[in-house]
Order: sequence, then C-alpha cells, then structure tokens
Amino acid sequence: MNDEKYPVDPLDEIGPPPGLTRRDFLKLVSGGVVVFFSTGDELFLQEPARFQAGRGGLPSDFNAFLKIGEDGRVTLFTGKVELGQGPTTALPLMLAEELEVPQETVDIILGDTDLCPYDMGTFGSQTIRAFGPALRAAAAEARVVLVELASEKLGVPVDRLQAKDGAVFDKSRPQVKVTYAQLAQGKKIERHAQVKPGLKPPSEMKVMGKPVMRRDARDKATGKAKYAGDIRFPGMLYARVLRPPAHGAKMTRLDASAAEKTPGARVVQDGDLIAVLHEFPDVAEAALAKVKADYDLPPSDLNDKNIYDHLAKAAPQGRAVAQGGNLDEGAKLAAFKVEEQYLNAYVAHAAMETHTAVVKVEGDNATAYASTQAPFRLKDEIAQALKVPSQNVHVIMPYVGGGFGGKTRNTQAVQAARLAQIVGKPVQVTWSRADEFFYDTFRPAAVVNIASGVSSAGKIVFWNYEVLWAGERSSEQFYDIPHHRTVVRGEWGGGGGAAAGGHPFDVGAWRAPASNTNTFARESHIDVMAAKAGVDPVEFRLMNLNNERMKRVLRTAAEKFGWKPAKAPSRRGFGVSCADYAGTYIAACAEVEVNLATGAIQVKRVACAQDSGLAVNPDGATLQVEGCIMMGLGYTLTEEMHFTGRKLHDLNFDSYELPRFSWMPKIETVLVNSPEVPITGGGEPAIINMGSVVANAVFDATGARLLELPMTPARVKTALKGI
Amino acid sequence: MIDTLSFTLNGKSIRLDVDGERPLLWVLRTDLGLTGTKFGCGEGYCGACTVLVNGEPTRSCGYPVKNAAGKSVVTIEGLERAGRLHPVQEAFVKHEAMQCGYCTPGMILEAVGLLAKNPQPSAQDIVKGLDEHLCRCGTHPRVVKAVQEAARMKGAAVR
Repeated sequence: MNDEKYPVDPLDEIGPPPGLTRRDFLKLVSGGVVVFFSTGDELFLQEPARFQAGRGGLPSDFNAFLKIGEDGRVTLFTGKVELGQGPTTALPLMLAEELEVPQETVDIILGDTDLCPYDMGTFGSQTIRAFGPALRAAAAEARVVLVELASEKLGVPVDRLQAKDGAVFDKSRPQVKVTYAQLAQGKKIERHAQVKPGLKPPSEMKVMGKPVMRRDARDKATGKAKYAGDIRFPGMLYARVLRPPAHGAKMTRLDASAAEKTPGARVVQDGDLIAVLHEFPDVAEAALAKVKADYDLPPSDLNDKNIYDHLAKAAPQGRAVAQGGNLDEGAKLAAFKVEEQYLNAYVAHAAMETHTAVVKVEGDNATAYASTQAPFRLKDEIAQALKVPSQNVHVIMPYVGGGFGGKTRNTQAVQAARLAQIVGKPVQVTWSRADEFFYDTFRPAAVVNIASGVSSAGKIVFWNYEVLWAGERSSEQFYDIPHHRTVVRGEWGGGGGAAAGGHPFDVGAWRAPASNTNTFARESHIDVMAAKAGVDPVEFRLMNLNNERMKRVLRTAAEKFGWKPAKAPSRRGFGVSCADYAGTYIAACAEVEVNLATGAIQVKRVACAQDSGLAVNPDGATLQVEGCIMMGLGYTLTEEMHFTGRKLHDLNFDSYELPRFSWMPKIETVLVNSPEVPITGGGEPAIINMGSVVANAVFDATGARLLELPMTPARVKTALKGI
Repeated sequence: MIDTLSFTLNGKSIRLDVDGERPLLWVLRTDLGLTGTKFGCGEGYCGACTVLVNGEPTRSCGYPVKNAAGKSVVTIEGLERAGRLHPVQEAFVKHEAMQCGYCTPGMILEAVGLLAKNPQPSAQDIVKGLDEHLCRCGTHPRVVKAVQEAARMKGAAVR
C-alpha cells in the first residue's frame, strides 16, 4: 500500500460528501476492508479526466467497490442503477461468489454519486458484461487480503488456508478458523483491485448461475419502494412545466396572469423554462393549464408517411462496417436475386414512470433524487446548470420506474435544479404523460435496403446491406456469405437528432438500439430468400451458418417450439429469427394467427433460446427474456409516433398502444450456457427478434410479406390485398 | 373550495380539510403521504393509480376526493394485516411478478378487487380483468401466474 497516496485516516483530510451526515460517512468508510479500483486502470469504467478533477475534496480514487464491515456485512458499491432489470439481485451474487460469503450478507448501494464508482450509465446490457468482471476482480482481491490477515492471526501459512462462508479456516483443521468480521475488527485496510487471472471458472461456481429471488420484490409489492416522485423534502414545491405545441416552436407571447391568481401558485420564467409551482402538484397542474402562450411553429412538411423518403434523401454518407469478397462476383453465382426495402417507425420509450426529479439546493451545494439511467452524467449537468463545482452535487438513486434508454437524458432534473435555485426551496418536477412523449428521444425511424442472391445449392452468395439512420449495432450479418458488404449511414446517437436535419425531433437509444431495426430487416430478408428457394426457414439458416453458438440457439429454440420443417407459406403461422446482440446469441420461433378480415395479428406462442455465456441469475435472466418478448410486441404490432411537421399526435396511451395482457403469447425460454466464453448481457437481446419472427410467421400464415413496422391491421390488410 | 371530508382510509377513519375537486391520487400522495399509489398517465389509461373504493378498483387520478366521502378507500399500504402480506402481494413476491415495480401497486389492487368478485378466476378472467393495466417491462405472464396462485391461497378474496 502506498501510504503517501492513501493517508492513514482519510477523514482527517476530507469532509463528508454533501448530503451525507458525518456519521453515515464514517460508518461507510471507516473500519473494515475496503477495495478500490484505480482510476488509471483500463478494466474499469472509462472515467474521463474531467470527472476525476471534479472530485475536489474527495480523493480522486474514492471509488470503492466493496467494503467488509466490522459486523461481517459486505457493502457493494456500484454506479449502475436499478431500472427493474435486476442488478440489485444479480450483482451481489457475483461479489459473493468471489469473496466466499453468503449472498444474503451482501448489501448493495446503487448509483450514489458520492459513494459509488463512476459509471457512464446503465444501458447497453453492460452491467453484467462490463461491470461484472471488475466487481469480481475486486471481490477476489478482498478475499486474498482476508486470507493474508487470517494467516497472521492464526499463525497458519496462506497456502493451508481456505475461505468459505465469510470465514477463513485451516484446510486440515477446519476448527481453526476466523471470520471476516473478526478480521475486519478494528482494521482499516485499503486495497486496490488488480486485474489478475484466477477468477473462478464456471465449474467451481456455487452462487452464480443459481436462481435467486428478486431482492426488491417485497418493497415493490407493498408500495414501500421509493421512486423519485416519492421523495419529500420539507418545504418542497411541485413544479409543472410548460410544453410547447411542437418541437422548434418559438414563443411569441406569454400571459401567466390567470395562473398567478391561483392561491399559493408561483410562476417562474427562466429563459425557455416556464413552470408553475405549488405545494400540491395537481394545483400546479391546474394553474399551468391557465397559462396562455402563442407560438410560431417551425415550417416543416414532414409527416409519418413521407418521413422515409426524406430520411433516404437526407441520410449521411455511409461507412462500410463489414465487407468481404466481391459483390459482382457474388452476383454471378446467384441462381436468383432478391431486393427489398424495410422500414420502421419512430417508437417511444414510454416507461410507466415519467421523468421525475427532486432537487434541493443549499448555497453552492445540491442534492438530487432522479429517475435517471445516468446519475454521474446528471451530476455534471446539474453542476453546469447551477454554475457550481461538480463535486458539490450529490445524486442519490431511488428506484426507477423503467428506463429502456429514455432516461439517459435528464432534462427534468436540470429543470428541477434551476427552479430550486430560483425559488430557494426544494423542487420536484414530474413530467406529465404528454411531456414524456413530447420530450422523448425516440427510437429513430429507419430504412434498410438489402440486395442478395442465392445459389442453386441454396447458399447465400452475396449480401449488399445498407442501413439508414438506425445505427450500426447488429447490422453485421453472421451468415457464411462469401461476398458481402454492410454499410451504415447515420447513428441513433451523436447528432442523429433534429439538429442534424434528419429527424424532426430528437432520437436516441431505445432498448437494444439499432438492433431491432437491423434484425427485423436481415431476418425478414433471410426468410424471403428461403421462401424463394423453397427451403424450410430453419433449415435454410442452418445451411448458411457456420457459427456453432448461433446454430445451437437456433436448434434449441426450434426444438423447444416443436418446429417441423416446411417451406413457407405453410399456413401454420410459424416464424423463426436469430440474432446476436453484443455477444449474446438469441433465437426465437413464434406462432401467429392472422385475422384476415380485420388484419389483426395475435401472437400465440414464442419459444426463445438465449446464450449469454452464463446467466448469473437464471431467474432474473428468464424474466428479462419474457419482458423483452412482451415489450417487443409493441414495436412489432402497434407502436408508432404519428406527427405532422414537428407536432406530435400521440401524447397518451389512448392512441399510443402498449402491449396488453390480452396480447400475451405463451412464452417458453431456454437459457443455453457457454462456460468457455465471457459472460454477456441479457437485458435487451430477446427483444430484437420480435419484429422479424412475427413478420416471418405472418408470411407463413398468409403469404403476405410485411416490410414495415409496426404491422398494424391496416398494413396487414394492404399486404393481404397485394398477394 | 375547502370541504371537510370524512372517509375510511386503510381501515382508519380520517377527516380532511381539502378542496373536494382535487384528484384522490394527489391527495393520497401529497396531503396524506401515501406514495404507494402511482401517477402514470393522468387520464385513466394505465391503471398505475388504482385504489379500492368500497372494494371497487378505481382509478384515483380522475376521481375527485369528495366522491370518497363516507366510503372506504384501500391503498397498497393498507393491504397488509398484522405485518402479513395480503395473499395477492405474497403471490406477486413469490412469482417475481414485477421488474421496475411502478405498475405493481395498481395491478395488485385490481387483482384484489377481481378475486373478491370472482374467487376462482380462469386465466382468461385474469387477462380480461387486468387488460386495462399497462406494464412496460412486460411482466404480464408472471402477473397472471401470481393472481392464479393467490386465488388458491386462503384469504385471497378478502379486501
């Protein structure tokens, strides 16, 4: 240990973080064994230098992963947040495995910006894949420290000792032992996690890979779980913000006089932010309705019908993300060629909890509770808005009522911070449902063009693929195709929004960004070729795959489903699709029924096989697969943002239809393990097959090929007419 | 206009000075501090704000608090009895019938109302009974299993 870098008692030099009482802080950092990560360490969490510099009073390495307390309880610190996807339950399993403690003795603190290691945000199925290995390394390091301490205490050499169940004992004399609690007693030991080999292989795992119950279930079933809107500060005011009628609208006149007459209401205008505040949120809302404002609407002749032509014209230059062979040579080998264009609409995140935040500003310090997927980014955003140093802002994470990518943007919390500073009282901002739809960063509408060819032997011989506006993820095809090229034009993030002249409003990451679009197009197109070749679609895929993990999930899903080979359309309504999502392999088979009179599609059952290396908590992983399948029915069948110019038409659930109980298919999930590969994520993969597996099943049922999502009854009827 | 309203809330009589036109949802959440009842859409489409009024599942976001006068209101906080979960709550926990949990209180109260009327519902009855409740995380299959299990437990039809 480097004493210069780590003072004996850091509390002599650093104060408690704002918002924490000194007692809380002492309890958390004093005594026991604490394992940090080094900020320079590449394994860990891409902390930009500006965040390190912003830590001010705290040492830049105040990034504990875990602490073993003098009471024997272990505290796990993670910058990830609980959105419902289950890290509260899964991460303690990873720690318990390497530290050799019962998982029940592990407490977890998520997303607290003063206590937890920096994290960019909870998205992209990264928690298990990227944070997991770092956490396990920290836990393994702590175990080594404890065994060393035990060796001193027991007078037994390290190689004769073993750690198990929160204690270290002599392998030959199990009665000679000392508990972690005893070892941590009166100690203050800090260690840095080292990237070392020696994490447990799956064959030795006792905790990971075994199903456990959600830790948050009881709180959520009793109403005790606190979300941002449930946080109260004394004297707090509720704010409702004024929403313009369209994106890009410029206010020309504001008359808040009627709103100001509401007893107790206060109207605040701060640049573009206009809000009504009151001690009751509903009174604030009623007063806001009395605010009159005129706007100049931006000129735009775009709408949800002509958007695809516009996007095709406005798409930025592409770049080839994958290519091999020579497309002209491939075309010569083709017995037949197929060319299609696939479209999908703008889709909203529509989490059940709208964006909400509570911010208290005291002098130059701020404390925030927010429904966010990115607390550390929010900390910085609030600091900028308030013009205070970043280390003065403390973000604390309550439960979040769903994110799906939509809560990576934190506008509501910045609004709350600005208002709190202006009125000098804590402020809660809760967006209305209309606000939520309006300010959403939609999944981009997108266009995919594919030209391909198949040999007389049923082999795909060329593949020319171009995706506009959706993005790169899952665009690269994984079939064994000698001549291929994949071009990506435009991304969902980084300037893909209104400012870039493409979309009429902002777009962003939506659960499995880009992958839903790319998988719908690719797997639909594979089926188009299979049908034309007169080959069963599962067989056609197997003939053209040489990736063994992909073949395994495909066979597993087909077997679970009870797939019997037939060329489509077989009139059975069976569909298949397979995909990879950031290293996770996933296949699905589905059965649908199509009402030929109404055009309505009912998905009757889905069988899904997923290989994410290892499911840390199989129970949680299964729940994620089921959730993905249900949620995926929405973008597949109904979800679509209608708009004229930059004005949105779907601002609540009457016209924007989410999946319901009555849509529920029978769902069967098989988790396939590949112990030899790194563990990958499971929060998103199963959603990406839904568009194609249903489109393929509809074709099998009816002979009609749907090339546009969502497959609304009207579009189904149009397609049926075209047969 | 401020009215003095009396009603039973989670088994206890309360008196409240409140503008009777205000939505029950916000009176519960703000004036009475019962935050288990959630705001989801404000227009009665999603069901997150569901409470029981005289045993009937009711969307509290569009329900003027004056309409509760003289009635019995039960929120998610009022389902436990002597520290024991209501069978529907117990079944939701057992089947992990939630992810983000935001729609869960409303679903549970709807299910309690359903079982009181129909103690042995079929899966289809449950689907129909809960169809106006939205869940974005897609926990629907677990919710149906949980309600089926609750129906088999003693005391499930109590509200």
